[in-house]
Amino acid sequence: MNFRDIGTVFWRDWLVLKRRLTKFILSRTVAPLLYLTAFGWGLGRNVQLSSGTYLDFIVPGIMALNSMNMGFHGMIPIHAERVYHKSLEEYLLSPVSPSAFLIGKISGAVLKALISSLIIILTAEIFGANILLSGSMFVVLILNSIIFAEIGFFAAMKLSTYEEMAQVNTYVLLPMSFMCGTFFSTGALPEVVRFFVNCLPLTHTSQLLRSLCTGGIFMRDSFLILILYAAIGFYLGLKALKNFQED
Amino acid sequence: MIEVFNLTKKFKTVGKDKKISFKTAVDDISFSIERNEIFGLLGPNGAGKTTIIRMLTGQIKPTSGKIFYDGKIFDGNDPEIKKLPGVVPQHINFDRELNAAENLELHARLYGMEKSDYQNRIKELLDYMELSDYANYNVAKLSGGMKRRLLIARALVHRPKILFMDEPTVALDPQVRRKIWDLIKDLSKNGVTIVITTHYIEEAEKLCRRTAIIDKGKFIANDSPKNLCERLGNFTVECEGTEGKSYKFFRDRETAAKFVPEFSGNVKIRPTNLEDVFIELTGRRNGL
Repeated sequence: MNFRDIGTVFWRDWLVLKRRLTKFILSRTVAPLLYLTAFGWGLGRNVQLSSGTYLDFIVPGIMALNSMNMGFHGMIPIHAERVYHKSLEEYLLSPVSPSAFLIGKISGAVLKALISSLIIILTAEIFGANILLSGSMFVVLILNSIIFAEIGFFAAMKLSTYEEMAQVNTYVLLPMSFMCGTFFSTGALPEVVRFFVNCLPLTHTSQLLRSLCTGGIFMRDSFLILILYAAIGFYLGLKALKNFQED
Repeated sequence: MIEVFNLTKKFKTVGKDKKISFKTAVDDISFSIERNEIFGLLGPNGAGKTTIIRMLTGQIKPTSGKIFYDGKIFDGNDPEIKKLPGVVPQHINFDRELNAAENLELHARLYGMEKSDYQNRIKELLDYMELSDYANYNVAKLSGGMKRRLLIARALVHRPKILFMDEPTVALDPQVRRKIWDLIKDLSKNGVTIVITTHYIEEAEKLCRRTAIIDKGKFIANDSPKNLCERLGNFTVECEGTEGKSYKFFRDRETAAKFVPEFSGNVKIRPTNLEDVFIELTGRRNGL
């Protein structure tokens, strides 16, 4: 693996993104605008929390679920490249190592996640949210998008049809979007459900971001759990790519 | 240049009853490819030609067997060996998000070429393939023949020592096919070793110095088209009777002529061709 190879894989994704940057930014603005309008401005105006406004509460949650979606969806084209267009072969034939390919693709997804996170932050500021920006916050966002990019990559390499990819969205991402401490605290959940939800990476991302955005402590355990998820995801992604070559 | 020993590939298949079984696509083949030759893999669809190319280029791992490039064992991962071949796949597999020139640039970058080098190389190849006017076209907008030529250009960007061409003229009209044949001959003259798979007998006959006939994953012959015909008999007596055509092979025209009176029906003597060899060896009367 070398950085030049990673750069090449990333360059291709950047070239495609650059061409559609305006459309990408506009499309990425819609969801946070709706979330902030509905939950923050509309519903949230009547909800008072001890720690501040509901708007301040949900912004980190929206950032967490957005970085999850951007990470996962950034990898969906690989499914078409593998199954339908067969253009993945071009990478497999080349001297680029599987790990360089995987890191390059993850980097592309992380870039998209960061751009859309910035859009959310800007939109939230316009809505009057109080968010404390920090380097740690961006590290957590990057880590979360890496985890879900790896999950997306694994699914893209393993699943046969586009419908199956959509099912991952329905049965995995969508429930996590609502259950993992994004719109309400996991403390409100029954104990059994809470135990399960606390095992999921998005819960730790939401809690970490919320703590960092409100000037709270850096939750080291949650951060380590995210690192563990990222390491497992990388291993599984690499294994899926190698298994694809084994056929 | 390439030596292959006991290469076998078995694909795992899962039946309707969820039972796992293994289908042998390539069955214990050994052969070698010499520098600067055009080597043909001739066989029907599903014979295992593409699987052989995919193993030789590291796209899939063999179940067993060994592959050597210039005496060095190839496990499918060695980046230095992976730089040696160029591959023209059977299907059009461009990156649809990129235009023609960008597809070539991606290839150049993947093979670690410097910008100053690949810029000239891409221009030169687009000129050579008569595609310069289409450099900025989306690949989806190119005609079938243009896409095939662009596939060849892409495979040549990094100056491969050996070019694998998987059915390069499939589904092309005769005019474009002949143009690609000329291109292949031209590349060979310029020192590129070429391995070509085809199910067009004429293609193997016209282009290949040596041809391996493959059927059901096994090599059933491997020699020059001339030697393969010679082994069968240089002349064929083709007899069209009430029960269809029958064939008999003879060493020379004189011997064949002596036997003609023994046949009834419409009889003709003609030179033996690769199709006769294929039919005789595989028992497939309707060609490929």
